Amino acid sequence: MTGLQSTGDPFVRFQEVQKSYDGETLVVKNLNLDIANGEFLTMLGPSGSGKTTCLMMLAGFETPTHGKIVLDGAPLNDVPPHKRDIGMVFQNYALFPHMTVAENLAFPLHVRKMGKAEIEERVQRALDMVQLGIFGGRRPMQLSGGQQQRVAVARALVFDPKLVLMDEPLGALDKQLREQMQFEIKHIHDNLGITVVYVTHDQSEALTMSNRIAVFNDGIIQQLAPPADLYERPDNAFVAQFIGENNKLIGKVTAVDGDQCSVELDSGEKVAAMSISHAGVGQKSMLSIRPERVMIGDEAADCDVQVQAHVQELIYLGDHIRTRLTVCGREDFVVKIPNSTDRAGLVPGNEISIGWRTRDCRALDLPDNL
Amino acid sequence: MTATDIQNGPTGAIVTADGQPLKVSLARALRRQRLFALALVAPLFIFVTISFIIPIADMLFRSVENSIVEEILPETVKALESWDENSGELPDEAVFAAMVADLKVAKANRTNSKVGQRLNYERSGMSSLFRGSGRKAVRIKEGPYKEKLIKADKDWGKVVTWQVIKQFSPNLTPGYYLASVDAMQTPDGSIQFEDSEKAIHTKLFVRTMIMSVAITITTLLLGFPIAYLIATQPAKISNLLIILVLLPFWTSLLVRTTSWIALLQQKGVINDFLVLVGLISEDGRLAMIHNATGAVIAMTHILLPFMVLPLYSVMKTIPPTYMRAATSLGAHPWPAFWKVYFPNTVPGIGAGAILVFILAIGYYITPELVGGTSGTFISNRIAFHILNSLNWGLAAALGAVLLAIVMVFYLLYDRIVGIDNMKLG
Amino acid sequence: MNSFKTALIAAAVASVAAGAVTSVQAETELVVVSWGGAYSASQQGAYHDPYMAKNPGIKIINDDSSNAAVAKLRAMNEAGNVTWDLVDVVAADAIRLCDEGLAEVIDHDKVLAPAPDGTPASEDFGNLLVSECFIPQIVYSTTFGYRTDLLASKPTSVCDVFDLAKFPGKRALEKNPINNMEWALLCDGVAPDQVYEVLGTREGVEKALAKLGTIKDSVVWWSKGAQTPQLLADGEVVMGSTYNGRLFAVIEEEKQPIAMLWDWQVFDLDGWIVPTGTKNKAAVMEYLRFATDTQRLADQAKFISYGPARKSSAPLVGKHATLGIDMAPHMPTDPANAKTTLLYNYEFWADNRDDIDERFQSWLLQ
Ligand SMILES: Nc1ncnc2c1ncn2[C@@H]1O[C@H](COP(=O)(O)OP(=O)(O)OP(=O)(O)O)[C@@H](O)[C@H]1O
Ligand SMILES: [Mg+2]
Repeated sequence: MTGLQSTGDPFVRFQEVQKSYDGETLVVKNLNLDIANGEFLTMLGPSGSGKTTCLMMLAGFETPTHGKIVLDGAPLNDVPPHKRDIGMVFQNYALFPHMTVAENLAFPLHVRKMGKAEIEERVQRALDMVQLGIFGGRRPMQLSGGQQQRVAVARALVFDPKLVLMDEPLGALDKQLREQMQFEIKHIHDNLGITVVYVTHDQSEALTMSNRIAVFNDGIIQQLAPPADLYERPDNAFVAQFIGENNKLIGKVTAVDGDQCSVELDSGEKVAAMSISHAGVGQKSMLSIRPERVMIGDEAADCDVQVQAHVQELIYLGDHIRTRLTVCGREDFVVKIPNSTDRAGLVPGNEISIGWRTRDCRALDLPDNL
Repeated sequence: MTATDIQNGPTGAIVTADGQPLKVSLARALRRQRLFALALVAPLFIFVTISFIIPIADMLFRSVENSIVEEILPETVKALESWDENSGELPDEAVFAAMVADLKVAKANRTNSKVGQRLNYERSGMSSLFRGSGRKAVRIKEGPYKEKLIKADKDWGKVVTWQVIKQFSPNLTPGYYLASVDAMQTPDGSIQFEDSEKAIHTKLFVRTMIMSVAITITTLLLGFPIAYLIATQPAKISNLLIILVLLPFWTSLLVRTTSWIALLQQKGVINDFLVLVGLISEDGRLAMIHNATGAVIAMTHILLPFMVLPLYSVMKTIPPTYMRAATSLGAHPWPAFWKVYFPNTVPGIGAGAILVFILAIGYYITPELVGGTSGTFISNRIAFHILNSLNWGLAAALGAVLLAIVMVFYLLYDRIVGIDNMKLG
Repeated sequence: MNSFKTALIAAAVASVAAGAVTSVQAETELVVVSWGGAYSASQQGAYHDPYMAKNPGIKIINDDSSNAAVAKLRAMNEAGNVTWDLVDVVAADAIRLCDEGLAEVIDHDKVLAPAPDGTPASEDFGNLLVSECFIPQIVYSTTFGYRTDLLASKPTSVCDVFDLAKFPGKRALEKNPINNMEWALLCDGVAPDQVYEVLGTREGVEKALAKLGTIKDSVVWWSKGAQTPQLLADGEVVMGSTYNGRLFAVIEEEKQPIAMLWDWQVFDLDGWIVPTGTKNKAAVMEYLRFATDTQRLADQAKFISYGPARKSSAPLVGKHATLGIDMAPHMPTDPANAKTTLLYNYEFWADNRDDIDERFQSWLLQ
């Protein structure tokens, strides 16, 4: 999948794009992003980080303050919005209230001057796809929020656009429906070979659907990587904390040796870690370890790094046990222990020893809030 | 107390904690709510009744009311009952005697001219006939009344005089309504329409409708882009635009009228400018005031806010993403506007159009001042009959017809657009 | 601080005293309805101010509602609450109000002061007492003014209004058949004493309209007296009819290049009626006796160029209060101006106005 990036020219290219609405603050700061043909790219980031703005620039409704966007080899400035052939699902759906659901779906087909029979057939197919077959005659206002969202998705796809932009298209759906829709969208993506730029708040959605994920914060792409890389090899503290659960230990970098470094924790222990994005020797760093990479008991004994921990509480979650520990002075250290593991000695109040491998511990920059 | 005690009284019906049957208690609670609701709407209800329903009822009553003839000439009305108005003969001595008796009483009460005025609306000359005959009737002490009354004024010797009196002696009359559509009832009961050269009301009704529609259209054409600008510009610009639109409200009619005249008249600013830049010749100065054009321009100016404000408030609620969605779906900006944006403004257009249309129909001062002869409205006629001729019955009938026309337009609107589709904001 | 306190106390005392004074004197307020503008001002100067100076207990309140007086009086009467005490109306309206019983019948000799030489009021006013409810005040006329600079020659006859060849340009005429129809017939060859006889027939009305039709396209129709002076001043029309006092103002006060054409001016009367149901009848009658005496009527001509309705006032007409010019030559009744005149025919128009007006208005629409 990652091989998609290297096939020839990118389908979409953001080149040094900046955007400011008010002339005072940059909402998007120096964005460089290539999206390959047929890729499913997700923009993930906290609210207000500039995701919608990027989509709007790509769709042609906002002009970049600086830089340029190239779509399929042509600079976007040369192509008016209605000629871009981009299907878009808006964050607030933007369904036309004066048209029925079927008319909404038929709209892009009508403007493309399709025959009546074909329109009808495609509309019906699209409705069935989002499981709204019987709602074609209703007005959008007569649908629930989730149903409206599905209509919006159907409308963005019904005319087979080359590129589909989706701004949180599944935000209002319940878990089951959402998973079903995720599957549908993914399915359509794979079958039609369309390129999708997808915006979501939901990490697991991002992780399951995307070829690559762009993590946004403060107008900057913090990391652009396939889901697995993002989770397992976060480039910086923001990504580490934003994606998945993360244990952090704070310390000072004392030495760097190739791709590894040694860090003296605030509590005095010295540990080795992967040297990723810390500010250099003598500077503080945040160590990041995923909860499921921490071992206890016998397994801990085999680990590169071993420390003592004080058990605070246990939460039984069926397939695994969530354990909160005090480790190196931090009380928010979480370990996920598979239900199969031997749990001897895992009782609140007990001292146990835990351990992890050096390659699972990444020395990152120290976020401002720590 | 046990649970069943609380729920069931001695009779087994459900009761509340204090032993009241639940139904009674509920009714009391609801009554209090109803009284409260009533108290809330009462001021408006009273206000609407006094300021709207009563006047309209009064107007409708006046448009058919005609008790004055029987009131002032009771004996004559009674005596005329047995007279056949189509016989071509004058009524007999008894009717003349009754008329003399009535006139004497009327003269003493100073009501003889009043009934004369009323009948003068139906036939010219009745006014002076009754005013003059009051005095003369007092001098007629004994019969033969017929001979003496005809001697006093030869109009009493005309059959048509008596026909008019008899025709308008009932307490209710369709006469005003007939007059309001340029018709009248002949003595034999058939309805006869005025020659078209004298038919003024139908002409004015038609013109009023045409002009009001024209004004509605011009306010829409001018108001739509303005409202769009106001709705889409940042607050700083849109506030300024709103103020500009509302400006005509804050200038007195006199100032407004004077400035229109200064602008539009033949030696006015616009004509001077056009001559200066050579668009028109000195002899070809445009007539833009004292005619229908002037009336449309002036009324459009006054009524523009009534179009812009509802439009604006509707446009304000249309998210810009609609247009974006339409273009992203492949529509050119123009069809996107027509098929997506415009239909969503229809409720505002409906509200604005109805407001402007109804207000335009009722305006009379502005058309009077700048409308010349071709810019006169039916309301000018209504004002004339209220203020000058004092023919309030006809004014009321004209008003009622106007009201009916407005209702028809309203129903048409409801049919075509749907009234619940109207949005005032 | 101290002076502030003193001032405060003084103010308090003064207001208490003022309250005491008004309650003791029991001031009577008379609501006098008139036309507003220069006309009301002339009445204020000639009647109201001197009367209030002599009678401190009377306060005269002006209400400029005369143009809707007939309708308003009728409405007040129907509502049973007449709030006006004295109303200035044109004679035709006075007659109508009298007919409707909305105006008090006046015994002129009893209510009004005789002339200084003892002539009773009814004789002094003579045939101007056109209704038993009406107390005439002024004689005004509806006549023409023309632009001296925009016409090649000077119009001398009212028929020049109908002569587009010799006097090209627009004319202002009232949007009303009264006067226009008379002028049209006169200029169509009808003898002056036959005008109303002719106008009383359907053919006569058509004849008059046909004559008016010859200039219809060149007419600007006015409905407010102020329009013609403005139209003349702006050069929008070259001649136009209006009330002679309006023309006086635009000629003598505003010095516009406009002159009077008095030929076949139509005299009309304006005066007082006492509405039936006034709550201050006695006080009003007292005021009327003062305000319509010979000197007062002559005084009004100092402020506005309308002729006093009493014969005995004519010799007393003096100079304009601010312009200082002799007013007599500007009176419509001045012999030099009154060579050819008509008097508004009240009876004819009371009978025929509605009918002819309807025909006239529909003719305008054609
Ligand atoms: N039209 C606009 N004018 C001015 N500022 C804007 C405009 N649209 C967005 N912004 C600002 O730009 C920043 C980024 O907005 P954007 O809508 O791109 O965020 P987002 O990442 O989509 O957030 P969310 O996840 O909440 O939708 C925000 O701070 C927002 O306030
Ligand atoms: Mg967004």
